[in-house]
Amino acid sequence: MKIHEYQAKQIFARAGIPTPREVMVKTPLEAKQAAVAVGVPAVLKAQVLVGGRGKAGGVKRVDRFEDVQPTAETILGMSIKGLKVTKLLVSECVPIKSEFYLGITIDRSARQPVLLASAAGGVEIEEVAKTSPEKILKAEIDPLLGILQFQTRNIGFSLFNDLKLASTFSTLCQKLYQIFVQRDCSLVEINPLVLTDAGALLALDAKINFDDNALFRHPENEALRDPEGEEPKEMEAKAAGLSYIKLSGNVGCIVNGAGLAMATMDLIKRYGGEPANFLDVGGSSSPEKMVTAMRIILSDPNVKAILVNIFGGITRCDDIAQGLIAATEKAKIKVPIVARLVGTNAEKACALLADSPVLSATGMSEAVKLAVIKAKEAR
Amino acid sequence: MSILIDQNTRLIVQGITGRDGAFHARLMKEYGTQVVGGVTPGKGGQEIEGIPVFNSVAEAVQTTDANASIIFVPANFAGDALLEAAFSGVELIVCVTEGVPVLDAIKAIAVARTRGVRIVGPNCPGAISPGKAKVGIMPATAFRPGPVGIVSRSGTLTYEIAANTGKFGQSTVIGIGGDPVIGTNFIDCLKMFQDDPETKAIVIVGEIGGSDEEKAAQFVQQYVRKPVFGFIAGQTAPPDKRMGHAGAIISAGSGTAQEKIRAFQSAGIDVIYEPEELAEKLKARIM
Repeated sequence: MKIHEYQAKQIFARAGIPTPREVMVKTPLEAKQAAVAVGVPAVLKAQVLVGGRGKAGGVKRVDRFEDVQPTAETILGMSIKGLKVTKLLVSECVPIKSEFYLGITIDRSARQPVLLASAAGGVEIEEVAKTSPEKILKAEIDPLLGILQFQTRNIGFSLFNDLKLASTFSTLCQKLYQIFVQRDCSLVEINPLVLTDAGALLALDAKINFDDNALFRHPENEALRDPEGEEPKEMEAKAAGLSYIKLSGNVGCIVNGAGLAMATMDLIKRYGGEPANFLDVGGSSSPEKMVTAMRIILSDPNVKAILVNIFGGITRCDDIAQGLIAATEKAKIKVPIVARLVGTNAEKACALLADSPVLSATGMSEAVKLAVIKAKEAR
Repeated sequence: MSILIDQNTRLIVQGITGRDGAFHARLMKEYGTQVVGGVTPGKGGQEIEGIPVFNSVAEAVQTTDANASIIFVPANFAGDALLEAAFSGVELIVCVTEGVPVLDAIKAIAVARTRGVRIVGPNCPGAISPGKAKVGIMPATAFRPGPVGIVSRSGTLTYEIAANTGKFGQSTVIGIGGDPVIGTNFIDCLKMFQDDPETKAIVIVGEIGGSDEEKAAQFVQQYVRKPVFGFIAGQTAPPDKRMGHAGAIISAGSGTAQEKIRAFQSAGIDVIYEPEELAEKLKARIM
């Protein structure tokens, strides 16, 4: 789960990490009032849950009061990567001496958190990691000990070559790690962390991602959720225990298991088709789940054929077949359906589908080929 | 031979009185696995499918001399269940539970490592050594004994691949799990398969996200002297979208299927693009 910059900064501020003076607003008029509070020059920053807002023109410096309202109006009207900007952060403009990167994330391979810092701040750290990895300073965090003082102090020395700044930086890192652990984050990032002309360290930007698996023990995070960043159909699917992602092709697919679902999509492409979606019906799938899955897929007008690919284990093929029949009876479905059901109770499923318009196939490749052909015919 | 589990595996089931725990305890027992006990706090003294239930893992291990545990407890208790198992004296823990907080998994894996205990998973289907033992949730009918070792990040895709080994069966099939942080990775399994005389060929089933496939490819190039086949799911996955598994996400341009396929190819791994190609390829490479 992602949260906005202004929300992340509130969490930082409460933990004692310095942030600029700033106000979140929703209208150009509010922006003007906020500018009075923070002063000019000010920076107006679009609050959207995607990266690359700077490049898209969602971050603007304003030098005069009279420019605040029109600039805010421009940003509040724009869309960034399909997301409408409805919130704006009006932030004081801080005189900057230098910029740094600081972040804590999970090192998947090392199976532990890692703190990353770099003097190459402000830019995408992934790019730095690829082109000049030597510019990234790393502290591998022992999950049983937590982040150690000497680790952050040593990184501070490398960055600032000054005892006072190194220890300020070290304390800031400790606070950041506290947030990371206490709130079950998968990422906390300050990019850039700036050294101001006045000699202070300040989080000029902030990013926090929470571990979705840990949300159950953080009810406080629900208040931070912004439904604007979420695709409504994907949410509907989630509520029904399905995992759905819309894509742009015309072959709808319903599969059990994420890996098999991805492999099915890949095979559709390999045979000259384009998948319309990713859909994992999950483990124990009731007929009702199938009905919901069919409804979600059919609500996409691009879909010209549906492929059902099930390798039954916990999932019972007869449940899937019953769901398919219920779905086709409920709505007069014109789109051809190809089903390939193997594994648990496959024979029962075949018998159930014998009198239905559902086309069946035994092999995965055969089923995919057939679905791709049917989608092409329908065009 | 086989790896990780065999006829000598003595298994306890944590969360045996739950719906999934009870169901799979029965299926594992029917398969021939020595399921010697189950654990659910507060339900000690009961029996499920003829298997004695204990209040704690320690008690279960002391009484039954178990050497492995499989975890079915809900995600909010799974971290504690993993730690309890790690302290109990078993050598192997398979965690089927999906949705375990990453920091819980990290902590449990770190503790297990200091105690010499192996964790497989979380969020995995477990392992099967066909004809010997099944410690997991896979449908037994997709597997039979033979020389092919399979290691995979997926569940049903693993069954699909196993069902396509043609005239060959499998030595051991392991689903290592779809989470970002897991206790046993590709390299751990590749080492064991390389050392297992019964395994004549290895199949790696990977997917988008992370860089474990790339690391596995390096390892294969340096150490594995058996034919290795590779399959990667997620070539059509869009970036920044989590494809079901918590770990299956292309972020910041890394973890793509294309990168992984290239890594496989440059390590001499025979890449298969659809499961049904596997049988023919195995025929050509297994003597």
